[in-house]
Amino acid sequence: MNEPSALLTGRGLARCYGRVRALQHVDLDVNAGQIHALLGANGAGKSTLVRIISGLDRPSAGTMQFQGKLYAPADKRAAEAAGVQIVQQELNILPTLSVAENLMLGRFPAWAGVIRPRRLMELSRQALNRVGLTDLDPATMASEIGVGHRQLIEIAAALQRRCRLLILDEPTAALSAAEVRHLFDQLRRLKQQGTAIIYISHRLDEIRSLADRITILRDGRDVGVWNSGQLSDAELVRRMTGEAESAAGRPFVSWRQSRTALRISGLSSGPVQNVSLTVNRGERLGIAGLVGSGRTELLQALFGAETASAGRVQVEGRTSDAPFGHPAEAAAAGMGLVPEDRRHSGLLLSESIRANMTLSTLRSFSSFGMVRRTDEAAAVKRMTVQTDIRCTDTEQPVRTLSGGNQQKVVVARWLLRNSDILLFDEPTRGIDVAARRRIHDLIASLAQNGCAILMVSSDTDELLDHCDRIAVLSAGRLAAVFERPNWSREQIMQAAFSEYGARTRPSGDLCSEGDHSE
Amino acid sequence: MTGQAWKRAAVQYGGLLGVVVVLLLVFGLTSDNFLRRSTMISIANQIPDLTFIAVGMTLVLICGGIDLSVGSQLALASAVLGVLMTDFRWPLWAAVPVSLFSGSLCGLWNGVVSAAFRIPSFIVTLGMLEIARGTTKVLTDSQSLYLGSSVEWFGVPLSGIPVSPAFLLAVGTVLAGQFLLTQTVFGRYCVAIGTSEETVRLSGIRSWPVLVSVFVISGILCGLAGLAQTARLSTVDPNAAVGLELAAIAACVIGGTSLMGGRGSVIGSFFGVLIIAVLQTGLAHLGVSDASKQIITGCVIVAAVFLDALRTRFRSNGA
Repeated sequence: MNEPSALLTGRGLARCYGRVRALQHVDLDVNAGQIHALLGANGAGKSTLVRIISGLDRPSAGTMQFQGKLYAPADKRAAEAAGVQIVQQELNILPTLSVAENLMLGRFPAWAGVIRPRRLMELSRQALNRVGLTDLDPATMASEIGVGHRQLIEIAAALQRRCRLLILDEPTAALSAAEVRHLFDQLRRLKQQGTAIIYISHRLDEIRSLADRITILRDGRDVGVWNSGQLSDAELVRRMTGEAESAAGRPFVSWRQSRTALRISGLSSGPVQNVSLTVNRGERLGIAGLVGSGRTELLQALFGAETASAGRVQVEGRTSDAPFGHPAEAAAAGMGLVPEDRRHSGLLLSESIRANMTLSTLRSFSSFGMVRRTDEAAAVKRMTVQTDIRCTDTEQPVRTLSGGNQQKVVVARWLLRNSDILLFDEPTRGIDVAARRRIHDLIASLAQNGCAILMVSSDTDELLDHCDRIAVLSAGRLAAVFERPNWSREQIMQAAFSEYGARTRPSGDLCSEGDHSE
Repeated sequence: MTGQAWKRAAVQYGGLLGVVVVLLLVFGLTSDNFLRRSTMISIANQIPDLTFIAVGMTLVLICGGIDLSVGSQLALASAVLGVLMTDFRWPLWAAVPVSLFSGSLCGLWNGVVSAAFRIPSFIVTLGMLEIARGTTKVLTDSQSLYLGSSVEWFGVPLSGIPVSPAFLLAVGTVLAGQFLLTQTVFGRYCVAIGTSEETVRLSGIRSWPVLVSVFVISGILCGLAGLAQTARLSTVDPNAAVGLELAAIAACVIGGTSLMGGRGSVIGSFFGVLIIAVLQTGLAHLGVSDASKQIITGCVIVAAVFLDALRTRFRSNGA
């Protein structure tokens, strides 16, 4: 496979973090003028691999060659000097600086230490034009621009440096459809000019339309490399997950009971206005809407994490129907929230699976304020099996788990507390195909056991596949509630836009999040 | 303890213990009469004040806060003690609870204002640093009060064993603090709040009672530290313990407690106190000037934290 044009070759690359083997024996050949996709489930080692290539991490074993020479960058700076640029998932834009300053950070055009403002603007202008942001003023403060544009600015900054190999880690996660198209045009143009691109994404449709070659990783191992188009979507997924394709589009089974679990009347909080809904036991109620329509705020208000300004929340077995004033009250009434930003508001990343799981139920594992370790460990063990968390040890920090398993830890926390109303905010965002399926299975089994479930998702397909009913929020109001099977994507879309005047129609597209490869 | 627990303790504290031993050896070799029983006794009887404060500080830091007012709280508590015992002729046993209560009030104020009004504890306790110091000066009229033998016994080695009641109480406090941190629900909440307060809130836990409690604990321990210091010096000094907060923070950080919250150990902080005390005493034995002592202490603090950072990095990359 060592073609003459191979720009970067890696042989036997491996990386261990403590006992965790993030990467083992991976080979990689990236050719100039090609877009090379890296595919794999979360935790398969894609990010680790590109961190090694871009000098952010060093391999525990293996060697790399770049342009025919031995390549072992000591740090990101060394990699950048060689012409390897990475744009990471977490954006590195400093909001207090202007777009131009962000673009040229570290390479300010200066004369004796004094920045030359006109030259700065000129260079930034060129950089912005290169990614097609021709009408963005480089003097704009970075805090004033949207997430999609920030991603393009990061790419522009990478291109501003010497760039032989550009690495993009999930660049489209926050982009709108138009921005994605635009980005792809630019990437194809770069490729024409001979730049090699390593492209990480979960979205098979993107990879189909963009990549020349595809390397698949699974559990830190190199599964193989294929030309784009050599494998069907189903074959790609199978190689990523190592599982036989389960019946796609399994029939939906409803577990809805007739007893009401939760009755919301006239709830208002922040953007949420006068929302009334009831959810039965065993029911899965989806909540759809555009970004900013108040979906997250509705869940937060229900859970007492935001103060509701008006309305009533009736929960079976609770005497008062006042909205909850603190999550502690909601949790005591049997409610549980699985928040959208699980890394920062759902988990204690540096703490163990055990400590995360029992966080909400510690009191029941304690006598006189002391934790009974044996009881705690037994409960954690039981939950780990029940929610099918894949880990080597429950003392492992949750940071080392994949996104799907992290999500299960949060769910397990509420199951330990016997919560029977669970609020899921984007339960499968950033979670790979196989793990998504397991989360959906878990949610279905919760419903089967009588839990009432509210599920917010930007991915309408996810709601259509897994919910009994779908409530659509639009500009904070409840626009419509659809019941299976009397619904369609179009109806939901229309409802989502219904409360926005034609003039103020937002530009976000409803169904761009997540991937649709199942 | 099981064999595994011993092993874990050895991994966690081996480095700190090593530093203490190395310092003792270095000073033992370079000065003639350092490695003597009397030196060890004098170190043991010097450290109780800083130990009490470092235990409280560790808990506060683990919760993601900071308490800059500990030195002033110590001074205030000992002023209360001194005024009650001299002006009002109270006996020690009656004056001590009131003095500890004054510490807990300062802590309560720090905790309530920072937790309930969500003002950074850095600012709240910076304010308390001034308030408590000023109150101390009002109470004592900015004069030293001599208490003499009525409190001295607390800081003097007991007959039979070479350590003072203050030292024994300080060691007991360290063990109790470590127990609180590792074995109780309260300790688990402290670590959780310091790691991510939002996660704790969304797990249905109110964090303010925990936060207020750690500041109150810190305040009471400042009161004990005030008692220990007054006993050691026989005198209440309104200018006592200025800058002690920095020594306490240094001890915690040397012991592996993170200033970002969520990580730390009370026993580690005790080792930090020991390292600082051995260093100070050893340098004094060598006849090093105060100025050079400060420079060397500063370097050791940075070196200790640097080593700890290397160790954590090494362990997370683990070979």
